[in-house]
Amino acid sequence: MAEISMREGYGKALAAYGAANPNVIVLDVDTSASTLTHFFAKQYPERFYNIGIAEPCMIDVAVGLALSGKIPFANGFSALLALRALEQIRTCVAYARTNVKIAASYAGVSDFKDGPTHHSIMDIAIMRAMPEMTVIVPADANEAGAWVPVIAEYDGPVYLRISRAATLPVHDPTVTVQIGKGITLRDGGDVTIIAAGSMVGRSLLAADQLAARGLDARVLEIHTIKPIDAPLILQAAAETGAIVTAEEHTILGGLGGAVAEVLSLHHPVPLEMIGVHDTFTRTAPTTELLMDAFCMGVEDITAAAERVIQRKR
Amino acid sequence: MYFHPDSQIIKLQEHARDLRLDSIEMIHRRQAGHPGGSLSAADIVAALFFHKMRIDPQNPAWPERDRFILSKGHASALLYAALAQCGYFPHEDLRRWGELDCHLQGHPDRLKTPGVDMTAGLLGHGVAVGVGIALAARMDGLSFRTYVLMGDGECQGGIVWEGAMVAAKYRLANLTAIVDFNNVQLDGAVHDILPLEPLADKWRACNWAVIEINGHDMRQILQALDTADEIHDRPTVIIARTTKGKGVSFMENKSHWHGVAPNDAQLAQAIAEIKGAGHHG
Ligand SMILES: Cc1ncc(C[n+]2csc(CCOP(=O)(O)OP(=O)(O)O)c2C)c(N)n1
Repeated sequence: MAEISMREGYGKALAAYGAANPNVIVLDVDTSASTLTHFFAKQYPERFYNIGIAEPCMIDVAVGLALSGKIPFANGFSALLALRALEQIRTCVAYARTNVKIAASYAGVSDFKDGPTHHSIMDIAIMRAMPEMTVIVPADANEAGAWVPVIAEYDGPVYLRISRAATLPVHDPTVTVQIGKGITLRDGGDVTIIAAGSMVGRSLLAADQLAARGLDARVLEIHTIKPIDAPLILQAAAETGAIVTAEEHTILGGLGGAVAEVLSLHHPVPLEMIGVHDTFTRTAPTTELLMDAFCMGVEDITAAAERVIQRKR
Repeated sequence: MYFHPDSQIIKLQEHARDLRLDSIEMIHRRQAGHPGGSLSAADIVAALFFHKMRIDPQNPAWPERDRFILSKGHASALLYAALAQCGYFPHEDLRRWGELDCHLQGHPDRLKTPGVDMTAGLLGHGVAVGVGIALAARMDGLSFRTYVLMGDGECQGGIVWEGAMVAAKYRLANLTAIVDFNNVQLDGAVHDILPLEPLADKWRACNWAVIEINGHDMRQILQALDTADEIHDRPTVIIARTTKGKGVSFMENKSHWHGVAPNDAQLAQAIAEIKGAGHHG
């Protein structure tokens, strides 16, 4: 399977879906060569609006289009959509419940070279706190593409988190996804690794390494952070008795926080969280190096799994 | 207004050439960065760092220093080259830009790099932050000036105009904004993405003094900076008409070269053209 970037998987799927759904309108903020909405723009110039470098304005324009029955996909950098345009999203998208799809590119630390200003490591926590918002974090390019029709055909606000990088491939092109339904990628009884985004591929590698050490790890992909698949998580807690969460995000309030809420309310078991430890990141020569440097390495996952297994005894 | 002898102009043009060379080599070595907007602003940055600004590289926290905010923070290679050439840190540091343990981040970081007055990278903050600095200078009775270097695409952001109106309300004559009006942004030409013209009228309507110049003519740059010193009742914006990618023929006026690094052959050609250019403007 060719390893294309997640943004390319998304951008090409958006252009392809444009033919099927004439109601889809795409907006960008002078970043279509980065988010790769330029594929759509080229094919459907009459349904593409470049708003200029004005993220809050783009969200409100998208809201207006949605009020008139269109299905706007608002594209830009995750750090700017989730932060600079946040009040527009809270009031005019979530509270007013308009049918806007926010496609937040360059998420996590995938824009390794532009540095901490461009990294987006708190967007899941922010979006998850918002009533009415559906929050989706694909694991790879194929899955990102698979979400395009699904979120377009869902009626309501969606935040789709897109990586700039080629994450480790997890799914083949025929993957099907459903909002709120996690995916069991590997069965196991000693511990469950619950992962989202780029950390899904890394968690599968960690599970291989754990198997070599005689530990049997289950791997769940929770792509929908909200609404979260509580039954699947609780089943894993009951059957494996120990959980590790893994995400390319701060450990505060993201997937780890969501899983902790489910567990502590319904079925407390030992939990370890993999993610950025409440610090700003740095610039680095590659995304992989940056993830390793900020506690998101495969070794970090295996070590956490071993710790959490110890804690259940 | 001061008289600027030819010898001074030539010296500053040489500084601008050296900034262009360092910038393009840094971007090539790292295979990342933003050549177009670094090359377009090199003459302006040379005029500020090697002539106009009162700064002391040995004492980056000197309270009376002039302040510089690179609001278009993606031109970080240019700023780092200027800081190194002024002596804020060793020139060899430029070779390690972007490495995990290097102080030089993708975009300017005030906490890591000596001489960086404000962190930047996401566009639009410079004018409003500059307003705060300029207000504090007035309260503290300090005579330093605050310079904000912006992109033209950056002027599409609403926050720029919010800051501009506040600056005018408080008549911040100690604040100078410079727009690097190179006509090109990330996705294409500014007039295609979101037209800005008449840009000078927009700033005038916000009650700023406006000076329009050729941003590659060193004498015009120096005269504009001097003129701003003589305006005492309002902030000044210098609208500098420039060429994105200035000095490297295949990069000029091309949005492709906004954020793409040259390969080895392209670097060689770029260096030859920058070295061979002699006088700019
Ligand atoms: C608020 C914001 N939106 C988007 C970006 C991504 N981006 C970086 S540079 C750039 C284009 C800037 O164009 P301009 O201000 O004209 O700069 P210049 O041509 O001088 O390089 C964009 C869209 C950003 N850094 N900040």
